[in-house]
Amino acid sequence: MLYSEKVMDHFRNPRNVGEIENADGVGEVGNAKCGDIMKVYLKIDNDIVSDVKFKTFGCGSAIAASSMATEMIMGKPISDVLTLTNKAVVEALDGLPAHKIHCSVLAEEAVKAAVKDYYDKNGIAYDPDKFCDGNCECCHEHDGEE
Amino acid sequence: MKVYADNAATTMMSKTAKDAMMPYFDVIYGNPSSLYSFGQEAKTALEEARAKVARALNADPKEIYFTSGGSEADNQAIQSAAAIGARKGKKHIISTKFEHHAVLHTLNKLEKHGYEVTLLDVHESGVITADEVADAIREDTCLVTVMFANNEIGTIQPIAEIGAVCREKGVLFHTDAVQAVAHIPVDVKAMNIDMLSLSGHKFHGPKGVGALYVKKGIALSNLIEGGAQERGKRAGTENVPAIAGMAAALEESVLHMEENMNKITAMREQLIKGLSKIPHSKLNGDRNMRVPGTVNFCFEGIEGESLLLLLDDAGIAASSGSACTSGSLDPSHVLLSIGLPHEVAHGSLRLSVCEYNTPEEMTHIIENVPKVVEYLRSMSPIWEDLQKGVKEYVIQ
Repeated sequence: MLYSEKVMDHFRNPRNVGEIENADGVGEVGNAKCGDIMKVYLKIDNDIVSDVKFKTFGCGSAIAASSMATEMIMGKPISDVLTLTNKAVVEALDGLPAHKIHCSVLAEEAVKAAVKDYYDKNGIAYDPDKFCDGNCECCHEHDGEE
Repeated sequence: MKVYADNAATTMMSKTAKDAMMPYFDVIYGNPSSLYSFGQEAKTALEEARAKVARALNADPKEIYFTSGGSEADNQAIQSAAAIGARKGKKHIISTKFEHHAVLHTLNKLEKHGYEVTLLDVHESGVITADEVADAIREDTCLVTVMFANNEIGTIQPIAEIGAVCREKGVLFHTDAVQAVAHIPVDVKAMNIDMLSLSGHKFHGPKGVGALYVKKGIALSNLIEGGAQERGKRAGTENVPAIAGMAAALEESVLHMEENMNKITAMREQLIKGLSKIPHSKLNGDRNMRVPGTVNFCFEGIEGESLLLLLDDAGIAASSGSACTSGSLDPSHVLLSIGLPHEVAHGSLRLSVCEYNTPEEMTHIIENVPKVVEYLRSMSPIWEDLQKGVKEYVIQ
């Protein structure tokens, strides 16, 4: 099999799919040209992620990584969201094929982009270097060779 | 229900092919090059197979060379024509943008060795014209190589017309006919084809075997040096079981071609009719100039790999030209060549059916594809933008 059972489970039964109306933060990363877009919606109460939803256009691992990332941040403080790494997402999924690692990077960037949006909307100061610059090529360079 | 709808990738081996192979594993297992009867019986089988393949193409048996498959045949044909050209100082080759990689990558390699390659545009229809070939031919053109039928979208090229143009201008004409042979009528004489590649496993023969037809008088260059097999043009002990299996499969397919074409075309039409009902979907390639069994659709707002995985869960085996399935950042060069934008090409689905499929299986596909497309669209941020009017639909 191309994917682990965990990936297939999150792909077949993705957690937290959908939209949040009047979300406190919305992040969208990736681009359609490359074949992956992730959009994450956050509801934040007292610095805690009280709800999270996502929508993803992409391959099986992109959907699974989005699902896993949202599950990992649900109910967690924002500080935890900001320390989420793509590596942690990959590990939680019991691994991804080398050329699919960028999907986990995209998932990490998507949840962080939603936090950034929350910060922007609420005038909270942050270090912009800690967030995705929207350049997909950087992430795809992590892919490794076929 | 399990439905195998990826016959353009490979086919199930027919009972005829399997039965034809069996004696050559453990009964007539001699080396065809050996003098004693074990060998000579294998040699007879080899030559009978060659005659069958020749008959299927309206060629002479001496014009058939067995290879390891379509890719090897393509490589050898193109490299041979290039070598012939170089001897006459002609180093220009004409092909199309949507050839198989076995052709395109061979051409890339030749470009590095000083050849000039013109790749013709294949238009939205995925069909070129003989006039376009004629216009591209120059004094120094040594080869025109145009695929008979495209592997991804199934469009057929006007091979006889292109052959006539090449013959008139004195330019060698090769066609990669891997997706055509055994499926639609192919006649190398009537179509003025100088070289043709075919592959056994695309028509219910075994994998790892193919053939190259080369018109008498055209000097082949070897890809593999060694013994004198295949008239000295392809060294290595012949894969007799596979060759016998391929020839038997080809003979059977040609015998039932008309009946199969009717049956398969009806199933293809059933698929096109059923899948066209999906909103914002598009049939890729010319509506009529296509092989009986191949259908390629794009569904806006979704990505092909996730579509394939969910169809697999529904028991349907199909393929896609998305980047995730091609293993690169870009979707298939074929879909881009017919002018599809990247984001639309990512959402492609190829279904390819054969005579072993049934109309009931088509119904199963038509019932399941719309559900999967709708589900994936429901979780697609692109679809959301399209629906809200933030983005404009590419496919109306």
